[in-house]
Amino acid sequence: MNDFVSLNQGSGGKLTHELIEKVFVKRFGMAEPLTDSAILKDSGFTLAFTTDSYVVDPLFFPGGNIGKLAVCGTVNDLAVSGADPRYIAASFIIEEGFPMHDLVVIAESMAEEALRAGVKIVAGDTKVVDKGKCDKLFITTSGTGILKPDMEHIGTGKRIKPGDKLIINGPLGNHAIAVLGARNNLSFSTPVTSDCASLNHLIHNVLDICKEIRFMRDLTRGGLATVLNELAVMIGSGITIDEASVPVDDPVKGLCEMLGFDPLYLANEGKVLIVAGTGEETRVLDILRSDPLGKYAEIIGEIIPDKKKLVVLNTSVGGKRILDMPSGLQLPRIC
Amino acid sequence: MCLSIPARIVSIDGIMAEVSAGGAIFKAGLHMIENAKVGDYILLHAGFAIQKISEMEAAETIKLFEEMNNSLNE
Amino acid sequence: MKYIDEYRNKDLVMKLTDLINKSVRRDYTFMEVCGGHTAAIHRFGIPSLLPGNIKLISGPGCPVCVTGTDFIDKAIAYSKMEDVIITTFGDLIRVPGSASSLEKEKAAGADIRIVLSGLDALEIARINSEKKVIFLGIGFETTAPGTAVTIKLAEKDYIKNFFLLSAHKIMPPAMEAIIKEGVNLDGFICPGHVATITGSAVFNFIPEKFNLGCVITGFEPADILQSILMLIRQVNRNTPKVEIQYSRAVTVNGNSIAQRHLSEVFEPCNAQWRGFGVIPSSGLMLRKDFERFNVENNIPVRINFQEDNELCICGEILRGLKTPDDCPLFADICFPENPLGACMVSNEGSCNTYYKYRLTK
Repeated sequence: MNDFVSLNQGSGGKLTHELIEKVFVKRFGMAEPLTDSAILKDSGFTLAFTTDSYVVDPLFFPGGNIGKLAVCGTVNDLAVSGADPRYIAASFIIEEGFPMHDLVVIAESMAEEALRAGVKIVAGDTKVVDKGKCDKLFITTSGTGILKPDMEHIGTGKRIKPGDKLIINGPLGNHAIAVLGARNNLSFSTPVTSDCASLNHLIHNVLDICKEIRFMRDLTRGGLATVLNELAVMIGSGITIDEASVPVDDPVKGLCEMLGFDPLYLANEGKVLIVAGTGEETRVLDILRSDPLGKYAEIIGEIIPDKKKLVVLNTSVGGKRILDMPSGLQLPRIC
Repeated sequence: MCLSIPARIVSIDGIMAEVSAGGAIFKAGLHMIENAKVGDYILLHAGFAIQKISEMEAAETIKLFEEMNNSLNE
Repeated sequence: MKYIDEYRNKDLVMKLTDLINKSVRRDYTFMEVCGGHTAAIHRFGIPSLLPGNIKLISGPGCPVCVTGTDFIDKAIAYSKMEDVIITTFGDLIRVPGSASSLEKEKAAGADIRIVLSGLDALEIARINSEKKVIFLGIGFETTAPGTAVTIKLAEKDYIKNFFLLSAHKIMPPAMEAIIKEGVNLDGFICPGHVATITGSAVFNFIPEKFNLGCVITGFEPADILQSILMLIRQVNRNTPKVEIQYSRAVTVNGNSIAQRHLSEVFEPCNAQWRGFGVIPSSGLMLRKDFERFNVENNIPVRINFQEDNELCICGEILRGLKTPDDCPLFADICFPENPLGACMVSNEGSCNTYYKYRLTK
């Protein structure tokens, strides 16, 4: 591997996977396949347990801030594993000189989001480091929740069958574009706000009524395309996606066209992919659409038998192409 | 080459304009365009408007598509 | 979005595909010479819509692909100097130089910034007057006028710390070089945005001298399919000529204001093309009046130029002589995460799009 860690290795695609595999997974003796939450059985309980670090820049962006993100992200990792999120621990690494007012606003956002999600922040740690030793503020949250036995298959997707349908709860790419716009070092602006939100109540409503939910995953770094490729490998099957049915807001579309980005690879913080058994998809859609966080939900594709484990996109004009895993960060281009 | 998309001029300030692509706003230099007006569509490339889009020609192209559909094959 | 959605209409595309199917009488090979076309063809899955006897090959249309290793090496050498800010379009960040890339140098601490325009780079120079800001000028006739305007603005405002490292190139000489290579072709899908600036007339030599048809093409799926249909008809009737499909943006004479900016600031020069060697009068260099902006005049730099991996056949792929499948490195040790040649780095590179597109045919 390379001598210096590159940004691409943090982008969520193939290089990130490689970094995680080669540096951490085997050393930590972690069970594979890696899922959004670890499932821990002990004394009759099953707990889902997860952790995530938040290093977003800038700290404040339309639709949220690093604190809100830190709560939503961990709540969502638990919720998409089929667990009921309960407790969060939060660690803060703060750069010397960080404005106290900003820290208070961030903490306030975390408290608000935790209340909204119905979780408790019960433990934490704070470190202050010399100026220059970290970029303003990093937050790590770990979270745990109860996983009932009838939900244990949701993280691994082992009940997925060909013909099962893929559903997402709304338009893609808003978070990535909101953050990119807020960085202010590329000359454009958009009215786009981050979709950052806790999805556990929405997911609970779906799981409560629909009994044929096969799999869920949240669509964060690397976007929908990454999750689909991971899923295809995990279940050893193919996936087709209907491009025309994938919702993307106009300003996100316009920005992607101009900069040469593909919205299917952009990060989201309030989107979940649900795989539902054939026949269940309409009911899932109805439940999602009756909630503000799922108003624009769509059925976007299906699982197909394919030993090559490819994700194939049926393009909006009737063509076909492979939707690969991203290799690194998307970069704005002129060509 | 090259990545360039049609965008609508939403405001002009001297030689610089703001153009909208689906609501995403970009800055565009009008150094290569004459008589640009708010509401015109231009091709935006690397921060410059490189051409105005001819509404008439665009409509002609679409009309031609429709005629081709009705034409005998060659 | 207006002027985009109409040309992505599925019914329209299906009708055009149908017409194409009804029009084919033999095998056809058409070359597109624009990275934007390579990308659009791949993105919309156009090859999956065409009958098997139409072959689309990619020529040297991606400026990243044709920009030599030495250009990247020079940019890297400059980035290591004190008080230098490198400003570049995103396309170049991952292109491999002899030993490194701008991306790797950025990771090691060099001040390398992605910009969307030469104007942004100039602004960075205005704000950081104590640093030398070097703009990496890549791109064909579509992009070069913007660089010309930027240089004129820098001149007007006495921005003394702004410099250009130019790899701007022009398209027609490369197309002529490809034809002279003897690549088996029936016509060109001509670059629509280059032609927006140059006008269609600059391509007249292709049918006149070489009896090959040219259709100046837009970038939406309906544009590309309509162009293919127009080319098929030219071949069937044996009437090679220059036609404008992209009439909403292209005229015979082009954008004369942009051409004026270009010719005031730049003049043709011989240029190195990856895989072709030197093609006479195919590059653009700053005229004497603007020499002071040429960074190589002001800050000499030395590079240890190394040839590309000897097994890399990017050159032959760019000339349309071979396909990525013919390369021993393709998909083996050369793939998007570990590109050995420019054809794999660039999103529009033949190898990169081929890799993403593989297995669906």
